[in-house]
Amino acid sequence: MGVYLDYQATSPMPESVRDVYVDALAGIGNPSSIHQAGQRQRAVLEDAKERIARILDCEPIEIILTSGGTEAINTVLKGAVWATQAVRGPDAPTTIVSTRAEHHATLDALAWLQDNENTEIAWVPVDSEGVLDADSLEVILADHRATMVTTLLANNEVGSMQPMADIARLSREAEAPVHVDAIAALGYVPVSFAELGVAAMSVSAHKVGGPVGVGALILSRHAPELSALLHGGDQQRGRSGTLDVAGVVAFAAALELREQQRRERAPRLQELRDSLRDQLVGAVGEVVIRGSLESRLPGNLHLTVPGCEGDVLLYLLDQEGIQVSTGSACQAGVPEPSHVLRAMGVAEDEARGALRFSLGYQTTEDDIALVAALFPRVVEQARVAGMASGH
Amino acid sequence: MGAFQESLPTLVDVKVLAAMSGGVDSAVAAARAVDAGHEVVGVHLALSRMPGTLRTGSRGCCTIEDSMDARRVADMLGIPFYVWDFSERFALDVVQDFIDEYSEGRTPNPCMRCNQHIKFQAVLERGLALGFDAIATGHYASVVEGPDGKELHRAATWAKDQSYVLGVLTTEQLEHCYFPLATTPSKDEVRAEAAKRGFIVANKPDSHDICFIPDGDTRGWLAERVGEKEGPVLTSDGEVVGSHQGAHAFTVGQRKGLQLGFPAADGKPRYVLEVRPKTNEVVVGPKEALAISELAGSMMSFAGADPVRSGIADDLSDANGFACGSFECQVQVRAHADPVPGTARVEAGELVVRLHEPLLGVAPGQSAVLYVGTRVLGQCTIDRTVSAVHEVARG
Repeated sequence: MGVYLDYQATSPMPESVRDVYVDALAGIGNPSSIHQAGQRQRAVLEDAKERIARILDCEPIEIILTSGGTEAINTVLKGAVWATQAVRGPDAPTTIVSTRAEHHATLDALAWLQDNENTEIAWVPVDSEGVLDADSLEVILADHRATMVTTLLANNEVGSMQPMADIARLSREAEAPVHVDAIAALGYVPVSFAELGVAAMSVSAHKVGGPVGVGALILSRHAPELSALLHGGDQQRGRSGTLDVAGVVAFAAALELREQQRRERAPRLQELRDSLRDQLVGAVGEVVIRGSLESRLPGNLHLTVPGCEGDVLLYLLDQEGIQVSTGSACQAGVPEPSHVLRAMGVAEDEARGALRFSLGYQTTEDDIALVAALFPRVVEQARVAGMASGH
Repeated sequence: MGAFQESLPTLVDVKVLAAMSGGVDSAVAAARAVDAGHEVVGVHLALSRMPGTLRTGSRGCCTIEDSMDARRVADMLGIPFYVWDFSERFALDVVQDFIDEYSEGRTPNPCMRCNQHIKFQAVLERGLALGFDAIATGHYASVVEGPDGKELHRAATWAKDQSYVLGVLTTEQLEHCYFPLATTPSKDEVRAEAAKRGFIVANKPDSHDICFIPDGDTRGWLAERVGEKEGPVLTSDGEVVGSHQGAHAFTVGQRKGLQLGFPAADGKPRYVLEVRPKTNEVVVGPKEALAISELAGSMMSFAGADPVRSGIADDLSDANGFACGSFECQVQVRAHADPVPGTARVEAGELVVRLHEPLLGVAPGQSAVLYVGTRVLGQCTIDRTVSAVHEVARG
């Protein structure tokens, strides 16, 4: 399978989690059923939720299970706007405060709200490292009655940690509820919902070695109610749909394992990442490291290579069995210059040469050595190809 | 003919870049390249930054659905697959060129521009830089090893022949072209082969319109970009016989859409003879007046050995560049037109073709592709024509 360095796209499911998942699939009954089989499934589900709650430092009742991160984000953003309209009338003004360096799940939901609900989006600038500017946030919060503030905990492309303490404090002072997109951060840095002191947080199972199609919105019991995105059997507060017992059991198992790995091995992961960074910079002088150098996800390395196309670099590495990402959103594989880099003020030309290496707890020193050894030749060839195709 | 087998050795160490549009032809072409034992990588070209989601009717080759179709075929062939973004180059070299040409009163062929600047230039050059030896496409045309190097020839059957749109290939590009459908007599066979291979695209409709004008309304699309402005419709004598909403919407040889309201003196339909964008005038006249006896253009290329190296014309090159004496050929001015015989020469940087039979409705901007037998010799973009009726130069 070569060298997998795209853990932020999805993290492979460890064997122990897979076993737990498969075993759980044998369970009979719908956890919302009243009979004994349903009760047993409900017990398994609630047990898994409690385990998830322990790690996320929230109450089990605050967990709203979803089909993943995208649904969690859409639920909280649209739900907050609709709930405001439900209370204050359909034409009530709504404002969401965010940055242009968010994940597309947030940006596209915001664009939809802007177009369809007349929601004003107040953009807080990010600096050249992709970090939200707290001073600007303070000014914006003073000027707007924010329906919600939404921000990443750590940027999913460039890995920069956001100043959460400042964001939470400023928002609290302005009485604005905060939603944190912790999807990229979970499993790599400590995530405590209680300590964050925010209204809501989105997480996803497959980023921590759990199954795809499972995620959660953590909604504080003190947060304002949301209007539902999905209507149906009212299985959870504000979210309908049959509960995925096996998926949640596997999520709990993956999260527990990941948390143990994080506590024991996050410093080692960071060492490997720094080693890769130093070797790549040493081998190919002109690479530019993007994102914060001090405060970033331990497995994330994001760089741009002048004169190269990211998709050509990706192709050449892929041919050598090394899987990385250009770090940007792809629809049908069409690469767009990264909106995160653009928000950071990186010129479009430079942004084209972006590569994201995301290391995980299975990454080895040999993996890093192999990439470092191949990189100079890959860059050289990509430069020739870049010039050939006229960019 | 066995063309590609001769021109591209059946060796596993030949790396082939298969351009896969998501259509049936390029799918089968890629499959045949794999069967031949080559190391094949599939690429789909993203030519629009804002691709549509679903294919509509027979139009377009750049929707997300097309990209997914191409990917599914690559999956079944077990070859790596990538999407390469050439949308900027395409916007500049093909779409903007199309607008500019129409604005100049010329009639461009965007498929040829795409072949010239994107598929066989930008893509091929990137491919060569990445270690590929050849680019394989689903075109129906043959590459044959001739006495003076690679030659481009018509496909095995006339009906499917696409050599015209490849007339812009240069000798260097031809060295790296691989057309696995060269000897396939019909599209039905390609579809049958695709079905046998289990490709979902086996019955996909052909695309035969301009891919960047998805609704097929070229005139409306141009009007949005060039703007509408009322101007006169004139006869060759200068008599105003009507008006129009912008000369760019007309092309030489066009009959429909003139809306002249009353018939000509002779009662016969009138055709566009000339488009004058500078003065926003459209000149019309009877069908006979469309006939031309000569065409010429300075933007020329030769696919393989030029006429001198091919031994069919005398070398008259001088300090000003390549020139050659007269040689006999056939000339084709549209993708599906019949060729007519002519005598060509290169003089003062211009390829000039004297036609032995008149051609009707030839517009500046079109490409004249020269053939000798089945061989494509080269082409020029037509700058000017000479009327067969009065021997009046136009263009």
